Amino acid sequence: MEAQQHKDSAADPAREAAFKAELVALIPHLRAFARTLAGDPTSADDLAQDAMMKAWDARASYQMGTNMKAWTFMILRNQFYSEKRRSWRQTQLDQEAAERTLVAVDDPEAPVALDELRLGLSMLPAEQREALILVGAGGFAYEEAADICGCAVGTVKSRVSRARRALQGILEAGNYKRDGASASDAMRTILADAERLSALR
Amino acid sequence: MWSGMKTRGGDGAAQAPASKMIEQRHSEMRTDARRKSDPSLDEARLRQQAIGVKLRQMFDQVVNEPVPDEFLDILKRADANKSGRD
Repeated sequence: MEAQQHKDSAADPAREAAFKAELVALIPHLRAFARTLAGDPTSADDLAQDAMMKAWDARASYQMGTNMKAWTFMILRNQFYSEKRRSWRQTQLDQEAAERTLVAVDDPEAPVALDELRLGLSMLPAEQREALILVGAGGFAYEEAADICGCAVGTVKSRVSRARRALQGILEAGNYKRDGASASDAMRTILADAERLSALR
Repeated sequence: MWSGMKTRGGDGAAQAPASKMIEQRHSEMRTDARRKSDPSLDEARLRQQAIGVKLRQMFDQVVNEPVPDEFLDILKRADANKSGRD
């Protein structure tokens, strides 16, 4: 892999240490975001590592005190789409893999409702899914998500709202590709789980 | 928590182009006016909240996984060799 040349002429050790600590703290979030983009956990981790290193290499251009999470997510997203352009033939495969393992978790006892949600998400157009994940799961404001995706705030808002409606429709109609489980079961499980979770908070 | 989490039933146009957004705002205002009296909208809001909770749960599940050593190893190597990687 090619590393971009960054001259660390006057690298301040304290700043470097602070940058590194913040970057390390973001690794779990980068992994989670990568998992929603890449088809399987292994390539997701590759993507997250590449993004982490790109961020490290570009540390001189990062302004301390600004939103490093949004900055690294933008790097990761750009990395993903530039790789995707290079390997456009994989697109088809990616889609199939995504449907199987979108945000796959190494936990065999993960609640079934999450599987339904993953399948539902995998049926959304990529830009809607991405917007919904950034805002609905990543905790970003619309403005931050717009920066990350390089689009207008209004575009993010409408993508998120369309994604929400579509996802709800998919879950309620049981329109996801899964044999056996019935439509309303998925939504009911999600509602029950959500109720239980919010009761815990 | 950020305040944008509320979702409205909206106008049901699945692929509204940008030009529709103004129209959509109007329909959201109508929705606001109706919300208190329409139980089906409360229901829809509840469902959206539930999906939101699940989305966060799905994401957090990966966030809470232990970070593979590889990540820190790579960063440590890069830090030791500040002139950059090949």
